[in-house]
Amino acid sequence: MSRQTALHSVHTELGASFTDFAGWSMPVRYTSETAEHHAVRTTAGLFDLSHMGEIKVTGPDAGRVLDRAVVGTPSRIGLGRARYSMICNDAGGILDDLVVYRLADHDYLVVANASNVDVVATALSERTTDEAADAQVSDKSQHCALLAVQGPAAVTILAGLGDDHVTALKYYSIARTKVAGHDVLLARTGYTGEDGYEVYCSPSVAPDLWRQISAAGERYGLVPAGLACRDTLRLEAGMPLYGHELDADTNPFEAGLGRVISFDKPNRFVGDTALRRFRDLPRRRSLVGLATSGRRAPRAGYDVVDRAGNTVGRVTSGAPSPTLGYPIAMAYVEAGHNTPGTELAVDLRGTREPALVVDLPFYQRPSA
Amino acid sequence: MSIPSDLRYTDQHEWVDLNGDIATIGITQYAADSLGDIVFVGLPPIGSSLASGQPCGELESTKSVSDLMAPLDGDVVEINDAVVDDPSLLNSDAMDAWLVRLKFTAIPVLLDASTYAALVAAG
Repeated sequence: MSRQTALHSVHTELGASFTDFAGWSMPVRYTSETAEHHAVRTTAGLFDLSHMGEIKVTGPDAGRVLDRAVVGTPSRIGLGRARYSMICNDAGGILDDLVVYRLADHDYLVVANASNVDVVATALSERTTDEAADAQVSDKSQHCALLAVQGPAAVTILAGLGDDHVTALKYYSIARTKVAGHDVLLARTGYTGEDGYEVYCSPSVAPDLWRQISAAGERYGLVPAGLACRDTLRLEAGMPLYGHELDADTNPFEAGLGRVISFDKPNRFVGDTALRRFRDLPRRRSLVGLATSGRRAPRAGYDVVDRAGNTVGRVTSGAPSPTLGYPIAMAYVEAGHNTPGTELAVDLRGTREPALVVDLPFYQRPSA
Repeated sequence: MSIPSDLRYTDQHEWVDLNGDIATIGITQYAADSLGDIVFVGLPPIGSSLASGQPCGELESTKSVSDLMAPLDGDVVEINDAVVDDPSLLNSDAMDAWLVRLKFTAIPVLLDASTYAALVAAG
């Protein structure tokens, strides 16, 4: 039996279709995922992301512990700011990709993928013990619901439900504030390629918060949005999804995430030796964008072939792009085939579909 | 959900309308809703012979690719080009958007509407 979020009955009332995702029963769509996708790009969408994992790291040594545990330098994150990061194993493989928020001097919130919460919480705890550090790692996922309001109308919608904090909040920042009368942690982050917010709150207030945001957003075109459109939105934005573009066997440099790693931090960190080696070695393969022109899309697991028909890579994610109107995919391809403009092909169940290597992301919002 | 009682069904969520020796085949609204927005329909060529339980085409949605399974043995006599041109017809009314017409010889074993409704209800 999969777990249900605090908003499950709200989704049922809205007529959602559900899918099992990382042990959770999550809304995959309410009406049409294509319509929900367009709403997020043009007006706004409201998501339930309560399956995500929230792990607090607190105490005098919290920053030092995180500097050792993840590849970035959380101790240097400004108060109320956020960073995209990764937690790696000793071999330099990616255990998860994360957003680390610094709530106060000695108070961090680490947000992990639903499928990896236990792995991340365990690794953070072990790395705290290894350091003999004065810090506590606490998995708060069960006590935390997460809503996201994403799209160009998100700011206007939430501004009407909160105080000056809402509009003053900068991109990749977080603040304790009230939204619709409820205490929340409001973050200007997301996974859609649009401006917007993620709203962390108690599960007990999540249904009322959802209803108030829905009601306030209706006249701006806000619609409930499911995980199906979240996947095509993040794909267009070139954002990796753990289990597709990233896993414990992924070299972060091949995934294009070398910029996330801080080699200049004062102390050692888990995976640093392997990651330095990865940095200095030539890449065997790299993550690229592919564009095709038919109606059938490349899908995860399909082979990428060169003009001579040799297999040179594999698709990790693919779908018809609702915004662009043609199929797009991300794929790992061998060195020498990764330059934008390279003509490759994808084996679509026996049919060879021409595919062009293109720059990532596929889509950037106009103001960005 | 519409599960007309005058049609037959399969556990692969297909409907079959038997009329003389011609069977008209489509997917149920449940199948269309489960697939999500359908963007591509691949159908067998006219004149091809289908074998019950074997893949005979494919349905591709924004999320996934599914095989269309032949619900009975027979020869393809007609395909619905309108659905090939506009796969979203399946999402708007799957019971109206037929896919393939087959000429069959043996009366196939299929589910009646109440059995199919129970199967859908059981999830």
